[in-house]
Amino acid sequence: MATEVLVPLAGSIWEVLVEVGEQVEEDDELLVIEALKMENLVYAPCDGKVSEIKVKKGDVVEDDDVLMIIEDA
Amino acid sequence: MVFFDNMGLLAVTPGMVLMWVIGLLLVYLAITRQYEPLLLLPIGFGIIITNLPLTYLMEPGEGLIWRFYHYGIEWEIIPPLIFLGLGALTDFGALLAQPRLIFLGAAAQVGVYVTFFIAYAMGFSLQEAATIGIIGGADGPTTIYLAAKLAPQLLGACAVAAYSYMALVPVIMPPIMKLLTTDAERKIRMEKGRKVTPREKLFFPIFAAMVIILLVPASAPLIAMFMLGNLFRESKVVERLNEVAQNSLMNVVTIFLGISIGATMNAENFLRKEVIFIFVLGLFAFMISTASGILLAKLMNLFTRNKINPLVGAAGVSAVPMAARVVQKVGAAADKKNYLLMFAMGPNIAGVIGTVIAAGIFISILK
Repeated sequence: MATEVLVPLAGSIWEVLVEVGEQVEEDDELLVIEALKMENLVYAPCDGKVSEIKVKKGDVVEDDDVLMIIEDA
Repeated sequence: MVFFDNMGLLAVTPGMVLMWVIGLLLVYLAITRQYEPLLLLPIGFGIIITNLPLTYLMEPGEGLIWRFYHYGIEWEIIPPLIFLGLGALTDFGALLAQPRLIFLGAAAQVGVYVTFFIAYAMGFSLQEAATIGIIGGADGPTTIYLAAKLAPQLLGACAVAAYSYMALVPVIMPPIMKLLTTDAERKIRMEKGRKVTPREKLFFPIFAAMVIILLVPASAPLIAMFMLGNLFRESKVVERLNEVAQNSLMNVVTIFLGISIGATMNAENFLRKEVIFIFVLGLFAFMISTASGILLAKLMNLFTRNKINPLVGAAGVSAVPMAARVVQKVGAAADKKNYLLMFAMGPNIAGVIGTVIAAGIFISILK
């Protein structure tokens, strides 16, 4: 089953911390969103493998945009 | 011998030396700790300069910095221009998405009024008490604007108090926030508000300016400029004006604001015991405002199903966006996947407007 990682707060992508194909566990750090000069970490919602990353550093994202997709093992 | 008589060195008083130390301390904090450096740096330097004898920099009618002060602050030019820039920087989206959070911004003005009455009871005049109370709103330009109108003799002290407490938001607020909330409350995840359309954001500054100014006409200079700046932003057709209001113009007036405020703080004006009371009362006002925002959020939770995280109430003090950032941090400490930042921006911006309205009410009653 694929789980979408959604944008928890609007901002711009400061850094992507994982790569496609990487195994992640729930609560692992996935990427950093900058909003109001503040770096906010986004955590993995579940265990699995990162199958797709839809954003890159510098992208502006809105609430509930899809950031990446995690496939359950 | 005339040269020696005109030399400043012989006219230095101990009070002046103490003021140099205070000025240097502000410069030091601005540089090493980055406490509101854009203001505290020029203010600190202004304090040093104004406490050098025989310069006549603040001599009415002739001094250089007196002219900045007189035409910039006494004529009420600079604070409204800063509000123009703030309006251009402000995104009302967070507020419009959850209009009920406006009340939290209003609740955070409680500290202003409580402190007003306490300061008056302590022997300050009504005008001085109002100026001290407004520090609780933690809004620099509004404090300066009100002080210039009601109690210019307190302007320097009140401005430094307001900007110091704004810089200390991350130190002062978290203990109060933790004391007044339970762990479960801090973990409340809020439901996203509705989507705000560009058209709503476009009409809001016009509509809000009309309503607020009709209700409190004395708030017009600050509110009008704030909403004009916001209209620049949301209209999307005057990007040049929007950009200038946010950046160059704001930076230019900040220079004149900082040096002028610093220069009002000469030794005989500043080294009085009242100034200590101002700092204590200002801190008290600020703490009460933080607490009252949190408490109102808890009260609202008794009546609503869609719960508010009470931490968001603390952002009703206007220090934008520092207060909202602190809310995010304290919330994330309880639950790292809780993102309160944008929810906190609503009360935060409402707090700015609330403080301006409070100042407008003081002006219309006390002027």
